[in-house]
Amino acid sequence: MITATNLSKIYRGTKVLNIDHLDIPTGESFGLVGNNGAGKTTFFSLLLDLIKPTTGNIFNHEITVSQSEDWKPFTASFIDESFLIGYLTPEEYFYFVGELRGANKADIDSFLANFEDFFHGEILDRKKYLRDLSKGNQKKVGIVAALIGNPKVVILDEPFANLDPTTQIRLKKIIKELTENRETTVLISSHDLIHVTEVCERIVVLDKGEPVKDIKTSEATLSELESYFSREVGATPVEEL
Amino acid sequence: MFKRFLWLEWKSFFRSASVGKSIGLKVLLIFLALYFSVAFLALGIGLYPLLQEYFPDQDPLRLVNRFVLLWLVFELGFRFFVQTLPVLDIKPLLNLPIHRRKAVNFVLSKSMYSFFNFLPLFIIIPFGIFCIYKADYGTWNLLGWMLGMIAITQCVNFLNFIFKKKFTDDLKALIPAILTVVVLSALEYFKVFEISFWFGKMLDFLVLNPYLVIIPIVLAVVLFKWNQHNLESKFYLDAGLKQKQKDADTKDFGWTKKFGALAPFLQQDLKLIWRNKRPKTTIYMSFILLGYGLFVYPSDMYEHSVFYVFVGIFMTGIFMINFGQFIPSWDASYYSMIMSQNIPMKDYLSSKALLLSFSVIILAILTTPYIYFGWNILLINMVAAIYNIGVNVPILLYSGSFNKKKIDLDKSPFMNYQGTGAAQWIVGLPLMFLPILIYWLLDFFIGFKAALIGLSSLGIIGLVLRPQLMEYIAGVYRKRKYAMINGFKQTGE
Repeated sequence: MITATNLSKIYRGTKVLNIDHLDIPTGESFGLVGNNGAGKTTFFSLLLDLIKPTTGNIFNHEITVSQSEDWKPFTASFIDESFLIGYLTPEEYFYFVGELRGANKADIDSFLANFEDFFHGEILDRKKYLRDLSKGNQKKVGIVAALIGNPKVVILDEPFANLDPTTQIRLKKIIKELTENRETTVLISSHDLIHVTEVCERIVVLDKGEPVKDIKTSEATLSELESYFSREVGATPVEEL
Repeated sequence: MFKRFLWLEWKSFFRSASVGKSIGLKVLLIFLALYFSVAFLALGIGLYPLLQEYFPDQDPLRLVNRFVLLWLVFELGFRFFVQTLPVLDIKPLLNLPIHRRKAVNFVLSKSMYSFFNFLPLFIIIPFGIFCIYKADYGTWNLLGWMLGMIAITQCVNFLNFIFKKKFTDDLKALIPAILTVVVLSALEYFKVFEISFWFGKMLDFLVLNPYLVIIPIVLAVVLFKWNQHNLESKFYLDAGLKQKQKDADTKDFGWTKKFGALAPFLQQDLKLIWRNKRPKTTIYMSFILLGYGLFVYPSDMYEHSVFYVFVGIFMTGIFMINFGQFIPSWDASYYSMIMSQNIPMKDYLSSKALLLSFSVIILAILTTPYIYFGWNILLINMVAAIYNIGVNVPILLYSGSFNKKKIDLDKSPFMNYQGTGAAQWIVGLPLMFLPILIYWLLDFFIGFKAALIGLSSLGIIGLVLRPQLMEYIAGVYRKRKYAMINGFKQTGE
């Protein structure tokens, strides 16, 4: 269970995030949607205690993230390339993260075997450092690393961006499987309304830092979101924003 | 077009994330430049009378000519390490309608106005004028000589350009060039083939036939063209990238396993050092600077043992200082990951402390041959090492909490001020001078033994208190965490 209360972040007098109250129950697949600057990454950064909230708090399984480090063992995330260590090979990076999460080499090897499809032969045994991989392949490494060690909370910022179509489909499958047993909470942000409605059971729309919609995903959700985002553009719904 | 390029540079300088620091640095560099200009000018004016006084039976110009080659070799070496080449960020220019040649010419002609090219003028021109008035050479002859020297300076400039482009990524490729210099200087030393003599002769010949100045000028132009050609062929996106991607090195430093919880971090740091240029160079530098003692111990100049303490702290702690002062900036590019992963701050810092302490131990062992110069030197070095481990390591880690500037791991550390802030300058004082002060006071009032015991007890106290100190430092890091994460995200110098 993740709870944000009275949470706000102000940069130089501009409020970039303002959430009165938000509960994300354990096991939920939670989607965050919004235009650029809506506050999606800010929210995730606050949840990971990478920036300091101006007011309010976030509780991750009853732990105040800005006051204790105890949420770290069960929380995993991939926000951007700054989560990768460029001078390691993908394998070394996985082993490193594994060691931090109490998984030994053999555990990681068997864990990685599940992702052979996802990697599509482009990640492992290539004798390349992470910094020399393409953006998409780097992303794959970051996402998989965030799944190591059965974390209770997984946070992925824009996981679908930069991925090729096949990988996007595979990723959707992975995320769905992850929340199947209702133990792992998955938080995702995306600009792609189709992906997000397919994967998430609940979608919150942020606009200039404020949650403006909180939808339980259903058949009608996609068109609801599309009409919401096209209100400024004009009558025609737009597929991609 | 040149105006536009200059405009771009102006903007990029003043709009960079750390203008204040860059300006401060520029002011410092300007002062250095002024200092050297004055020094060179004084030398240039004084050279002729001095040579006449000390070598009355020789012609000053010929004497100078004999040493020109030596100077040039030195200058080239110095420039190689110190001169920064002008760079132009070509990526945004590639798809704009700008001729390659123009951008390349801009870079090259900018290098012609480098301070390093003006410095020799301060000697050449006054000395030349002296020669015109005092010696029996004709005005034209000396003008030819001066022009020739200026052209040769530009040759060195362009040669350095070529060298740097070719060799900075691969210092090993320089070995043949260094060997050539070594062989030539050996031949010179044993008077088999005195190349500097023949070079001097050539310059003498130039003075007699000033029209020959055309040769160095043509040479400079040829080198310019060569550079132009080189740079133009690199004016592609993929040229900036590594052409040959070497297979990743997968040494896994398995022996670090012995350190339990700290093992993954230690492995991490070793890989960091081993696989990235800037930290790797600090290792080489540490070994080279071990030779510092050779300059100090045999000399009678430093009779007081206080100076030996400085040398001891310096030699055993050079890696600690060079690497430690930029903790945690080394991890800047993935600091948010470190901060959100399951890594307790204390473990992270303890592993760094362990690494620094190791480096001190290794360097201390390597200084043991200095026992040749006396037992007390060995003792002082060991005491300095203990002090480094016990006191200086925590001080460095503490000062690291004020670091919030990113470091590019792949850039050479020479003349590289990236990541350098006020903290680096301030921390140098307690690191070096505090132990010297303590030693000096104890030595002065009680005696040599007391001074040694005093310093080593401080070190041991530091070691005993290490867990508490680390706890405290970890708290400071936690407090400064947000500022660090934010700072490390800023790009630019």
